[in-house]
Amino acid sequence: MNRTFTFLPPLLGGAALIALIAWFLPSWNFVLAIGLAKGLPVLGLVLLMRGGLVSFGQGLYYALGGYTVGLASQYFGLKDAAALLVISAIGSALVAFVVGLLLSRYRDIFFAMLTLALSMLLYGILVKSTELGGTDGFNVHGITLFGIPLTGADRMNGLLLLIAVCVLGAINLGLFGATAFGRLLAGVRDNEIRVEYLGASADRAVLIAYVLAAVMAALGGAMSGIIVGHIDPEMAFWATSGEFVVIAILAGTGGVLAPFVAAVVLEVVRSFAYQYAPNTWQLVLGLIILALILFLPQGLSGLVRRGPRAVNAGEKS
Amino acid sequence: MNGLLGAVVDGILYSAWLFIIAVGLTLIYGVMKILNMAHGTFYAVGAYVAVTLLGWWFAQGLPPWGIVPVMILSALVAGLVLGVVVERGILARFAGRDPIVLLLVTYALFLILEDVIKLIWGVDPWIASDPLWVFGQVEFGELIYPTYNLFIVVVAAVVGGLLTWFLQFTAKGKILRAVIHDPEVSRSMGINVGRWNLIAFITGSVLAALGGAFTAPTISVVPGMGVEVVVMMFAVVVIGGLGSIPGTVVGALIVGFVRSFAVHYWPELEVFSVYAVMALVLAIRPQGLFAGVELRKI
Repeated sequence: MNRTFTFLPPLLGGAALIALIAWFLPSWNFVLAIGLAKGLPVLGLVLLMRGGLVSFGQGLYYALGGYTVGLASQYFGLKDAAALLVISAIGSALVAFVVGLLLSRYRDIFFAMLTLALSMLLYGILVKSTELGGTDGFNVHGITLFGIPLTGADRMNGLLLLIAVCVLGAINLGLFGATAFGRLLAGVRDNEIRVEYLGASADRAVLIAYVLAAVMAALGGAMSGIIVGHIDPEMAFWATSGEFVVIAILAGTGGVLAPFVAAVVLEVVRSFAYQYAPNTWQLVLGLIILALILFLPQGLSGLVRRGPRAVNAGEKS
Repeated sequence: MNGLLGAVVDGILYSAWLFIIAVGLTLIYGVMKILNMAHGTFYAVGAYVAVTLLGWWFAQGLPPWGIVPVMILSALVAGLVLGVVVERGILARFAGRDPIVLLLVTYALFLILEDVIKLIWGVDPWIASDPLWVFGQVEFGELIYPTYNLFIVVVAAVVGGLLTWFLQFTAKGKILRAVIHDPEVSRSMGINVGRWNLIAFITGSVLAALGGAFTAPTISVVPGMGVEVVVMMFAVVVIGGLGSIPGTVVGALIVGFVRSFAVHYWPELEVFSVYAVMALVLAIRPQGLFAGVELRKI
């Protein structure tokens, strides 16, 4: 098998495993769905981290995806999931391209803070505009896929669609990682000036990665809107983006499967933590980050893969 | 006319408040090159300590003139404890790592401290509004403000004056400027950079707590109050230029007035306006309005 596709067997195996778990434990499929929906933005974030960039504003596109679904179904009566997902992806790609032209000139803290500011911009608009639901957001009803219901009693269908989207997203990013631009990202992280000396454009690599990450986040937000049936401005709030960052650190930058594993694990842990210790959940998250940075800088994927050229969480080696 | 006057007065009060907290953030960044995401939580801890001590003060029936020393004391206690524990206990262990990793470390700290606050003070709001009207009121035309609200301007002026005096006109300040400029060369000249890091971090923490302590009587102190503060402070220091004190003054004035005018004339844009200005400034001058040019290191 071509080396590019080595990520495929574990990915498909993981997808099948999740589907099986959801089939046998139907009460868990909501938690699994939330976890997977969060895994998509994290997948994009991990891609950015390979270039040494941490975005504290992926919530911007998570919310854009969610609100695209909400607004299109509410005001235009568009109820088909496939069309909604395509519109979300294209819309967020356009926004990300324009914003990315500005952002791709920045690195490190400035990149992090600018992305944060942009997501808070959207949050500010969403919270204050009553036409868009204000602080409460609004409900999303009856989204179907070619006539197949996806929510309520048929949530399993929604989960299967989500798994399919995740697999496609992971394959997409796995393939991108093997292209010239994908390989350039590690160079941007390690030594940007040398990348430029070689005749490649670091800014362009960052821009492409940023747009891809935005599309992933939008798909996650759109699927979350469809399955949860509700969207609110919290999706654009920086705490949401911060959570993606936590999951991304947990996942590490090693592979395309790890973001989903990390997101689902964290979501399952959270559902227990909320039950038994609702006021110490963030404390646990914080300790996890510190422990990971100190002891496991490559995240969960570092446990599986012990290559000599391992990549730290957004760190220049 | 009253609307305009109100917007201006609110803008000044709000700018002063922003300056006290943001200057702590920028000081820590200038010396340690750490952008402290837990800064808003330090502010919240200052508010909680102040509310607790003020409640005790009034419960004892002690005279109201004592509340200003009490608030300064609470800021010192909160800032010292937090500063020493966080810097020596955690940040010193990550010294020399990438700025972005340090950002993540302070984000972890933020998450941890937010919950520690809930564990210590519970989730119910704390209120100590007695100091608000103890000092009477002032009138601007037809607008009435508690005199207490003007304290924040005095505090901001004193803080800014002391910092400028220390940095520009004292020998120790010269040493600190050397550390800010180049820690490595400073170390080779025999300066104890680690100690200056600690001092800067404690000072920054005390300033955040001071902002919290003076704000505490005017609001109800609740969990999560630090979250919005820290994002607002980022806007201030980024607009002014990270690590620059004059920049922080200008950043605080811009954010303060933009927000105050938005609140008075177009309330829907309150949150939006601040970040729009920040994005605009960054798009034109990424290093902020006042930061010097940073040499690109290969």
